[in-house]
Amino acid sequence: MSVLKVNNLSKNFGGIKAVTEVSLNIEKGEIIGLIGPNGAGKTTLFNLLTGIYTPTSGEIIYDLDKKAYTKDLKPHKITHYGIARTFQNIRLFQNMTVLDNVLMGFHSGLKYSIVSTFFRLPSYYKTEKSTYDEALELLIKFNLLDKKNELAKNLSYGDQRRLEIARALAAKPKILLLDEPAAGMNPKETKELNFLIQWIRETFDLTIILIEHDMSLVMNICERIFVFDYGHLVASGTPLEIQRNERVIKAYLGEEALQC
Amino acid sequence: MKKNIISFSILTIIYFLVKILLDIGIIDSYLQLNIFLIGINIILAVGLNLITGFTGQFSLGHAAFMSIGAYTSAVFTAKLGQSFIVAILVSGVIAAFAGIFIGIPTLRLKGDYLAIATLGFGEIVRIIALNIDYIGGAIGFNDIPQYTNWTWIFMMTVATVFLIKHFINSYHGRACIAIREDEIAAEAMGINTTFYKVLAFAIGAFFAGIAGSLYANYFYFIKPDSFGFMKSIDILVIVVFGGMGSIEGSILGAILLSIISLFLQGIPELRMVVYSVVLFAIMVYRPTGLLGKGEFKLWKKGAERNVSIESK
Repeated sequence: MSVLKVNNLSKNFGGIKAVTEVSLNIEKGEIIGLIGPNGAGKTTLFNLLTGIYTPTSGEIIYDLDKKAYTKDLKPHKITHYGIARTFQNIRLFQNMTVLDNVLMGFHSGLKYSIVSTFFRLPSYYKTEKSTYDEALELLIKFNLLDKKNELAKNLSYGDQRRLEIARALAAKPKILLLDEPAAGMNPKETKELNFLIQWIRETFDLTIILIEHDMSLVMNICERIFVFDYGHLVASGTPLEIQRNERVIKAYLGEEALQC
Repeated sequence: MKKNIISFSILTIIYFLVKILLDIGIIDSYLQLNIFLIGINIILAVGLNLITGFTGQFSLGHAAFMSIGAYTSAVFTAKLGQSFIVAILVSGVIAAFAGIFIGIPTLRLKGDYLAIATLGFGEIVRIIALNIDYIGGAIGFNDIPQYTNWTWIFMMTVATVFLIKHFINSYHGRACIAIREDEIAAEAMGINTTFYKVLAFAIGAFFAGIAGSLYANYFYFIKPDSFGFMKSIDILVIVVFGGMGSIEGSILGAILLSIISLFLQGIPELRMVVYSVVLFAIMVYRPTGLLGKGEFKLWKKGAERNVSIESK
């Protein structure tokens, strides 16, 4: 079953074609890798997929809890359609505690009125209590429980990355977009991340799309890889196919690499 | 629960203590004026703190909402003969609508730009008030019945603090703080940032309107210039002095600044000098304000003091 379809998607910034005529199709439960040199348009594609940018042309169709089309994609609405993301440069709520950061993730699922907020009606206590418990559960799963009262900015880099993923999962997504989750991690942390991502997919029954430069990670966990170069989708396939693809080698190593 | 009982008894004691002292005349009318102004300033500062300290939207037009509330209340009590409670609520609601009205176009701006826009809004309100003869124009609005007494001030101040505290401690309040921390991430978490910014603005304006109402019905007389740019700055100083994002800070700030200027009445020549030096010293030695730590107790057991902050 296809969960995400992208048809002829393009995005121009003035004269720069950041993403050109990209079409792809992602099945439920896959772990997808997006790779390509810097400036290839991977993050732009993410921003298009999460509604931060509106496409110049083409369409995006999600089929998760309910169908979502290009025009439905507003940044604050994506969680309603079951989409959650993390950012390339970690965007945690720095001066909030770890627990509060995770609680923020539940935002779109919470429903009590502003009136019951002011007057502390029973619905307030009921919702806050159950959310609190769920948040703690999530923190236990991510091994962050003992740090729940620390400010997010005081966490170590790896913990911050994990917290950001935990926060995204709190929104109960069906599809998770990870933008360079291993950036700045040492080999040991990357290895842990490797297991974490696979574990997340099993536990939360997710489809995962990740942008990554760390080839060991990508080749290890991704079932399919899409390669971008100058805004074009130049190749797609299993890790093995990608490693042998001439276009990919050219994009990464240049023309000469092929000749020797 | 136990904590609630304690704070309830403390509040009751303060209320009756001041009431008795007022009744038997130990607190003279000058001191009474200052106590009432502290109450009004607390309402204003806590409301502005929600906008500026918690939601992170820098506003320089808070006195305009107070002005709208004050004039509404004056019209409702003096011209239309309504009861005070009606006047207070209508003032709040109209000020809140003004907040929504000005918030929707301006809150897409950020930082300095928003400050300038709200500054302009404050001036617009002042100029409009100056030019409407029905509410007295430049001469001011006279003969407003004096309804505001200690009970009203106390009730409204306590209600404001509690309601805003409740708001902050809900998922709606957390959304506001998240917007201050990182707007893009907040949006990606499903927070409708425009809605929450306008909401914070409306709530802040609502309470500023109430403060204006209390002000108008205490002083018999209001004029547009009482709610100018300087009044907005005064409120902002209280918020910054007490600590951005700290409700207790705003309360303490309002009380301390009033006391400081009260004591300095004796030396009028040096009053503003000392006042400035105090502000200066606070900003140098405690840049986050008296109680601002950049951390927030959203849950009762929440944010414990952080080691790295303590050791600095």
